[in-house]
Amino acid sequence: MIYFDKVSKIYEDGTNALLDIDLKIEPGEFVSVVGHSGAGKTTLLKLLLAEETPTQGSVYYESEDIHSLKSSQITSLRRKVGSIFQEYRLIPDKTVYENVAFAMEIAGREDEEIEADVPHALRLVGLERKMNSFPDDLSGGERQRVAIARAIVNQPDVLIADEPTGHLDPTNTYDIVQILRKINDLGTTVILTTHNKGVVDELQKRVITIENGKITRDDSGGLYSM
Amino acid sequence: MFWLNVKRISRTGFVNFFRNGFVTLSAVLIMTITLFVLSTIVLSGALLKNTLSDIKDKVDVNVYFLPEASENAVLEVQKQIENLPEVDFVQYVSREQALEDFEFNYRNNEEILEALDELEENPLGAILNIKTKETSQYESVSIFLEQNYPVDLPESIVDNVNFNQNKEIIDKLTEIIDSGENLGTFITALFILISILITFNTIRLSMHISRNEIKVMRLVGASGSYISGPFIITGIMYGITASIITLVLLYPITYWIGPTTASFFGGLSVFEYYLKSFSEIFLIIFFSSILIGSISSFFAIKKYLREQRKG
Repeated sequence: MIYFDKVSKIYEDGTNALLDIDLKIEPGEFVSVVGHSGAGKTTLLKLLLAEETPTQGSVYYESEDIHSLKSSQITSLRRKVGSIFQEYRLIPDKTVYENVAFAMEIAGREDEEIEADVPHALRLVGLERKMNSFPDDLSGGERQRVAIARAIVNQPDVLIADEPTGHLDPTNTYDIVQILRKINDLGTTVILTTHNKGVVDELQKRVITIENGKITRDDSGGLYSM
Repeated sequence: MFWLNVKRISRTGFVNFFRNGFVTLSAVLIMTITLFVLSTIVLSGALLKNTLSDIKDKVDVNVYFLPEASENAVLEVQKQIENLPEVDFVQYVSREQALEDFEFNYRNNEEILEALDELEENPLGAILNIKTKETSQYESVSIFLEQNYPVDLPESIVDNVNFNQNKEIIDKLTEIIDSGENLGTFITALFILISILITFNTIRLSMHISRNEIKVMRLVGASGSYISGPFIITGIMYGITASIITLVLLYPITYWIGPTTASFFGGLSVFEYYLKSFSEIFLIIFFSSILIGSISSFFAIKKYLREQRKG
């Protein structure tokens, strides 16, 4: 379970990114976080990845306060929480296979495991035929699928997706959403931030709306509403 | 898992070394210059030390006896000196041998030889050439001679002891070599520092080039050592490459200047010394290069990751 306990984040320049956030996310949930640019969605995810520290309050992952963890424990946390971003963040001089295998290498997996799991993850995102291609040879949708494969290959408990469809056309957006739904069906908690009304309405899952750093709506099975 | 990580870190470091060609070139170049200065100092130090030891070899204490001193008396003194623990050996030169040597040394000087002929008797006394085990022991032998055979007493058979002039030469040379070594150490330390700073910055540049990769590594949960390891391996490889280049370049250079150094430094060719002491020079250059490469990389990655965490 993920739990934000009265969390506020005020940046050094005085920006109130999040104010007094109370939020619980149960294992296996699919949660969409919606809101305008600068509303605080990305900060919420960064707090969960321990990339930012809260100014007030605590963030818990399975009863552990994330921000009181040692750096080695944060490393283990990040292996349990896969993440994908709008700008893909792939390594350009590694092939599709190598980009995905890289995440497993870092987690200390054996070569045999890597050889078995990487093709499986790529099959799940429909890229088994592009294993030897480089990111520059792929479309935006395909790159995002590689990023998803990399995020899920270590079988994380939680998948964080920060605007993953931001650069994609409607067809690719639909495909990515279907993949995220499939991953969620397999038991992984998915936290998705998006501006895309169509995506949220299509999913018909829990929707959290953030405005000016505050949660203004929290509807299970809700629709996009601003 | 440990060895698996070591294998992967080494492989990534190896790939980075070849991938960032320009960064590699500049780091290797500056480290080669440093190692070259270091080897020059090692070689010149060896040449100077060899020269000093040559000069020390030629140094002895000569006890000149009066011509009227009997052979038995001189041999008695020789026996006493030989009993001193610091004395290596004592060579007896008879009056006749001393005259022969004198005539040989001045064979081209007509005036001196004519003056010698005019004298009815051999004017030279016997000589004892004393060699000690260490140069520093000449002084104590000299003190022994002064106390037991004072020159200024009427009954003395010793005419002169010539140690003091040689002592000054030895002290002066030792002083020059010591200052040379100090200056050499200072220049080496300075170059090592400059090399560490430049390598430090080139590694930072290579980290900047790999910043996206570092971001991804952090994102997927790489530990600090997994991120920094490849850069340290790359730094060590800069060092190893620079040391190989330096050792290879030293061969033709020492070969070329070998004859000059042989005539200048009392017969020791720097080329022969390089070949004879190759294993020692190899170890100094090789381990210095690894030290420079790893220290620079370690501090560069530490600083970079700290800045990234703050940023």
